[in-house]
Amino acid sequence: MKILAIDTSNRPLSVALLEDQTLLAENTTTVSKNHSVTLMPAIEEIFKQSQLKPEEIDRVVVAQGPGSYTGLRIGVTTAKTLAYSLNKELVGVSSLAVLAKGVQADAKTLLVPVFDARRDNVFAGGYMWDDGQLKNVLPDQHISFSKLCKQIMGKEVCFIGADVAKFANQLKELMAGQDYRIAPAESAVPRAFNLGTLGLLKEAENVNDFVPRYLRITQAESQWLKRNPQEGKKHGPYVKKY
Amino acid sequence: MNEKKDTIILAFESSCDETSVALVRNGAQVLAQSTATQIQSHQRFGGVVPEVASRHHIEQIIGCLDDVFQQTGLGYTDLAAVAVTYGPGLVGALLVGVSAVKAVAFAHNLPLVPVNHMAGHIYAARYTAPIEFPAMALLVSGGHTELVYMPQENDYQIIGETRDDACGEAFDKIGRVLGINYPAGKEIDELAHQGKDTFNFPRAMEKEDNYDFSFSGLKSAFINTVHHADQIGTKLSHADLAASFEQSVVDVLAEKTVRALHNFPVKQLILAGGVAANSGLRTRLEKECAQIQGVDLLEAPLKYCGDNAAMIGAAGYVGFKHGNRAGMTLNAEPGLEFPWLSV
Ligand SMILES: [Zn+2]
Repeated sequence: MKILAIDTSNRPLSVALLEDQTLLAENTTTVSKNHSVTLMPAIEEIFKQSQLKPEEIDRVVVAQGPGSYTGLRIGVTTAKTLAYSLNKELVGVSSLAVLAKGVQADAKTLLVPVFDARRDNVFAGGYMWDDGQLKNVLPDQHISFSKLCKQIMGKEVCFIGADVAKFANQLKELMAGQDYRIAPAESAVPRAFNLGTLGLLKEAENVNDFVPRYLRITQAESQWLKRNPQEGKKHGPYVKKY
Repeated sequence: MNEKKDTIILAFESSCDETSVALVRNGAQVLAQSTATQIQSHQRFGGVVPEVASRHHIEQIIGCLDDVFQQTGLGYTDLAAVAVTYGPGLVGALLVGVSAVKAVAFAHNLPLVPVNHMAGHIYAARYTAPIEFPAMALLVSGGHTELVYMPQENDYQIIGETRDDACGEAFDKIGRVLGINYPAGKEIDELAHQGKDTFNFPRAMEKEDNYDFSFSGLKSAFINTVHHADQIGTKLSHADLAASFEQSVVDVLAEKTVRALHNFPVKQLILAGGVAANSGLRTRLEKECAQIQGVDLLEAPLKYCGDNAAMIGAAGYVGFKHGNRAGMTLNAEPGLEFPWLSV
């Protein structure tokens, strides 16, 4: 199976073409200031390098979130539209799982990829290797960093991600006496090769309904729900077609 | 299959709170259009919330795209090009259309035509009759109020614009004071027809020797009048308030437009944008144009006054003919503007 993998969920940008488990071409950078400008040229480039035509791929795999809302929308819209207009399969993979996939560890280690979500909050999940497969054991969530630390106490923890450094002082305090380490710097950048291999075995999604996993409703909506607690999910529909 | 004698353009629009995709033939005929409007979502907040808008666009875009192919039975090989609004608008909203159109252009190796949203509004009038040059356009919408001079095809020059609020924005703001839900334009227009201009609100900059507009003074005068009445416990006629407000807006827009028409001899005045649906404005400009020799008023069909992809397809066709192209680095430009008239 030939796969195009796209990750624009955070500051790094990574795209790859794979044939099953084998990498054909990958373009990973951390200097892209604007994924809207850089994503399509990066995709064009890897197709050129591997001498593939867009219609020759079988599946598009995209990092579905969490992450930067704008970054996610650029990646997911591009992936959705490519899959739809080429009539190919679409698969979404957790952006946090992509980081976890880059760290090999024993079966006791809890891998905890972390993205900064500002105001002492993070997006984080828990992953473990089990018989050569990466398993999600703690769902991806939007959570305060201190609560996250409480959830993972007593485990052998390996934090992953460029944003972990921002929490260095809190880590020392909150995880004092705990068995934890921070994954080496080279694993802090998500690679679309890892994304592609994670997406290889997943079931294809409905392209039309596919949206980013933001893991947070918008501020406007949470405030509105506070003012209108009885409305909840019964309100709507919000979008009308004509 | 189409033999490509016709130029069929697939157009995308997602600059604000409407997701829209259309197939347009030769810039003049809408083969299919599918639009998803988010108004009911933003009514919860009294106005468009950018992050909410962006999220809705990504939910809707493929459905709209699929609709136009289903409705026509056309395929990518029938297309001459793809076109998209890349500005002005909300950046997160624009990015959904821009990302989608680039993916289609790449996947099917199609030329990509970048379209200024305001050129789209002007070309909505193309669905009434062909545009003849030189032409003048009065663009009035929730985000923009400007006079655009078009000496020839594919050439747009601003000669005047609002210094503060956009015209449609002023309608929404006074609508809130009257307890009218966003977007308030249509309801205020209806209310205005039942009242009289009794308040004589200010006509800002009406006599100034330029083509610029201002609506914030009018808005403040309106709000002060209502608040003052509330304080002394009088009840003002909402119909008269609406009529007075609308009359002031129409007077200012008409005055400046007529001045522009006297100084720039044109064949057509094009009335475009969401506020172009306002009946008071339409009636007034019809009357004014009838008195100026050689100027015809060209109005967009009501159904293409709001944001839609058909208008982007019509403007995109003109850009396509003139060789306007974008590459895979095309980005959203939220502050995109026509150049100012070079004198
Ligand atoms: Zn508009």
